[in-house]
Amino acid sequence: MTRYTKRNGLSRRTLLKTGIATAATALAAPMVWAQSNIVLRQAGTGVSAFNEIAAKAFDDLGITLEMTALDSDAVTQRVATQPNSFDIADIEYWICKKVWPTGNLQAMDTSRIANYDKIAGTFLSGKLTPESNIAQGTAPHTVGFTSGANGTDFVQEQSGWMTLIPTIYNADTLGIRPDLIGRPITNWSELLNPEFKGKASILDISSIGIMDMAMVVESMGEYTYPDKGNMTREEIDLTLAIFTEAKKNGQFRAFWKSFDESVNLMASGEVVIQSMWSPAIAAVRSQGIPCVYQPLEEGYRSWGGGMGLAAGLDGAKLDAAYEYINWYLSGWAGGFLMRQGYYSAVPETSKDFMSDDEWGFWFEGKASQGDIVSPQGTIMEGAGAVRDGGSFYDRMGAVACWNSVMDENQYMVRKWNEFVAA
Amino acid sequence: MQKLRSQNGLMGWLMVSPLAVVLLIFLVLPIIMIAVVSFWRATEFSIIPAFELENYTFLFSSPVTYTVFLNTFKYALLTWMFTCVIGFTVAYYLAFHIRTLTWQVALFLLCTIPFWTSNIIRMISWIPFLGRNGIANSTLISWGVIDEPLDWLLFSDFSVVLAFVHLYTLFMVVPIFNTMMRIDKSLIEAARDGGANGAQILWNVIIPLTKPGIMIGTIFVVTLVMGDFFTVRIMSGSQSANVGRLISNDIALLQYPSASATAIVLLLTVLLVIGILLRFVDIRKEL
Repeated sequence: MTRYTKRNGLSRRTLLKTGIATAATALAAPMVWAQSNIVLRQAGTGVSAFNEIAAKAFDDLGITLEMTALDSDAVTQRVATQPNSFDIADIEYWICKKVWPTGNLQAMDTSRIANYDKIAGTFLSGKLTPESNIAQGTAPHTVGFTSGANGTDFVQEQSGWMTLIPTIYNADTLGIRPDLIGRPITNWSELLNPEFKGKASILDISSIGIMDMAMVVESMGEYTYPDKGNMTREEIDLTLAIFTEAKKNGQFRAFWKSFDESVNLMASGEVVIQSMWSPAIAAVRSQGIPCVYQPLEEGYRSWGGGMGLAAGLDGAKLDAAYEYINWYLSGWAGGFLMRQGYYSAVPETSKDFMSDDEWGFWFEGKASQGDIVSPQGTIMEGAGAVRDGGSFYDRMGAVACWNSVMDENQYMVRKWNEFVAA
Repeated sequence: MQKLRSQNGLMGWLMVSPLAVVLLIFLVLPIIMIAVVSFWRATEFSIIPAFELENYTFLFSSPVTYTVFLNTFKYALLTWMFTCVIGFTVAYYLAFHIRTLTWQVALFLLCTIPFWTSNIIRMISWIPFLGRNGIANSTLISWGVIDEPLDWLLFSDFSVVLAFVHLYTLFMVVPIFNTMMRIDKSLIEAARDGGANGAQILWNVIIPLTKPGIMIGTIFVVTLVMGDFFTVRIMSGSQSANVGRLISNDIALLQYPSASATAIVLLLTVLLVIGILLRFVDIRKEL
């Protein structure tokens, strides 16, 4: 659990800094909250709970953010059962599908969101560009709008009332060791290719792992799902049967559950192909080991998170929350997240907060001119590097499915346990 | 006189009460709580007080449960065998081959040194050692013993049992060493005078007299292995499951009632195993 708290007047230095920041931003920001001691409690999955963002929000707005990072199951439970324990819920869209009907979150008036029109199309219509296909699973736009201020339903059109404001998202695929494989990899089905017997891995988090499995099963030509994001019991059985057989044949070296496990498996060469997350690829590469986030023909499995407002939020705190969200979408936070390899909801505002080289590398998929440095200061790539998968439109335009919650979730989890014990 | 005796009784009760209270609050009550929750019902978000047998019927009707319990017993048995043989050998050497008490104590302390570090670190350090490109494989290849790296060294039952043996052998050494030190040396001399050879002395004199130590070590090792979940997860690369992992999976999904039911079944199983073990040796009589 990480927690970020920065209170007013803790030290002289903080006061000085705030004073300067207040003076500097007084013209730019319509309101500064430093005098009123506004504190917003943000509970979330931790993917986007960066201390740097909280510190910058405090400097720019005078709003203190108390961030609590929980795993996705715990945050789901908290939003559903303890609505007074948070002001802002920073959750994923599939969690929103579970918790929105409880009425513990309030709809956001899109007329109060300054950059609403510039939010990526994925979150508004489901289409990144007018030609894009809508991906399967819990696509953000399907749970992104509700019927009115007090709505507990989802509507498919842009109603003016948003459930979550998108903050951070990415497209996931398989990570590979090109030096140990030595040939191009273009399909998800390669995960179960006997060539990689004993050298493959998949993540042991059922809700995400099952989606990766579905991508593989479709790619093998075994079955085409009407909706990967909402399987029937038969489809769950079929999917796990294929993987159980592969497991018994010794296809997998190990399963991983935490980020660092996936890094170690890849870096040590125990595994040459596996499901992986973007920052883990960066961690392997930073050890000087070649590792590629391989774009595949069938497309990406994507995930997205957003911020929702607690139902009980009102008055000055509600205004401050809108202020914070507008600030979040105004560019600095987006630039910070994009330098980690994620995307921001309103990419174009971030351009002013990134160098041309950074923008070219992370967003446009161009070769870097100089070193690409992470916000924490480590060098991630040298000159001449190109991002795996290319530009924002190449990557987010090729999303095949979104992380989802299925109607048969409990059945799936039980089957998953059988798979692990098999 | 009568008054004094009743006061003594009162004093006795008062003297055991701190321990009784501590055990009641920190041992008995939590177990009762777990037992109660195991009959509750859970939805995705909440747990609902109820009296239902659903958690138990699901547990006993699922083939996973039996596989997993079997696996748990397998790990416990294998670990017990190896820790027992190694623990007995080490204790025997310390007790009967080292002549001076100073050296005995010094060597005994030497055995405990690895236990000054965290057992998670001791466990995880096996991973780079046993890996495909690890020290063990590269050494064997450079010696020409093998041509291809051995994959079964890591993320297998072998690595799980190896880690358990490494972690828990000391729990065998200590009680066995302790009972061996109490054996009257004249008994061994008497056996030798009576014409017994080394093996006969070991089998007919030393082993029967160290049984309580072996039994205490066995209880330590068996309960530790059966209750573990982390070692199995890390050393098998999440590929095999024991009961502990079943429970931790349930907790991660907020299925506390189902986790409690599994925990109760595990508790009863372990108590049963210990009950059987105690039939063989009366520890209290022989201590």
